[in-house]
Amino acid sequence: MQPSRLAWRVTTVKAVRPETLIASTLVLDVADWPGHLAGQHVDVRLTAADGYTAQRSYSIASAPDTSTIELTVQRVPDGEVSAYLVDEARPGDQFELRGPIGGYFAWRPVSTRPLLLLAGGSGIVPLMAMIRTRAASGNAAPVRLVYSVRAPDLVIYAEELRRVAGNDGVEVSYVYTRSVPEGWDEPPGRLDASRLARAAWPPSAEPDCYVCGPTGFVEAAADLLVAAGHQPERIRTERFGPSGG
Amino acid sequence: MDETWLDGNELAGAMRELFAVDVTMARGQCASCGRTGMLAETRVYAMAPGLVVRCIDCEEVLLRFVRGPDRAWLDMRGVGYLEFGLPAEPVPTVGP
Repeated sequence: MQPSRLAWRVTTVKAVRPETLIASTLVLDVADWPGHLAGQHVDVRLTAADGYTAQRSYSIASAPDTSTIELTVQRVPDGEVSAYLVDEARPGDQFELRGPIGGYFAWRPVSTRPLLLLAGGSGIVPLMAMIRTRAASGNAAPVRLVYSVRAPDLVIYAEELRRVAGNDGVEVSYVYTRSVPEGWDEPPGRLDASRLARAAWPPSAEPDCYVCGPTGFVEAAADLLVAAGHQPERIRTERFGPSGG
Repeated sequence: MDETWLDGNELAGAMRELFAVDVTMARGQCASCGRTGMLAETRVYAMAPGLVVRCIDCEEVLLRFVRGPDRAWLDMRGVGYLEFGLPAEPVPTVGP
């Protein structure tokens, strides 16, 4: 397919699925979707009746499909676009979308290297697209996901991660930063060198590392990876901004 | 400069309106300090109505992009060159 410049297209909401109290997945109709790579995102543009527009970027959550894509959006405080998408969007609603965008933070399912995924909050979305794409393509690269989240009820895709963890080469570890589940054997706290050492691939495995989440998390996690000995060239990051996207 | 910057992935959508390929994967050289890297590995400041892209090492401006209703400006004086990877051309089989 010849590359061409990207234009805005109108998309229709097919379904909305709550994920947590503050996050929802939107299933969107995208006729003639060219496909996408796990990790890519779309730009979304909302236009009010008075012509006021607001534009944001959201990671694609789903494995490639030709007619629908899924976005998982987490509401941010005072977020005008996320508040609409999470709380008000209904099947039949339409808005503009542009994508897929971004080849840097993307995982190609021909890769056989071990995959180390570090997610902070809503940074789980593009990494879940990688896990789903890997499953859909039958890729056997082993995966370790380290998911840092404030509290257990904020875990997005909790049920799916429970099903996937420990199966088919995917291991999932959680880091709870503010409150922990009942029976958890350590106090809440951020990802640090010792938690990373327990949960992640060692540098000798030479994994491809993808780190995504709020700026603070990404900075800290990427620094921890480098300090642990992972090659910077094998670390790709995507920052969602201070509020977490 | 503080935490209010995003990384070069922020550029990707805006640039895909102008370029047929993903510019964030192009490698360039900072005209100020000589650092080379992918445009994805830069600091992007959203300064309405545009974006300012700075070198992650020396913080000097690499690019400025402003989008108006019917035009776009791209100031690239901070980048010496951009190197794009392109798919290898298949060998044509036409001929006698």
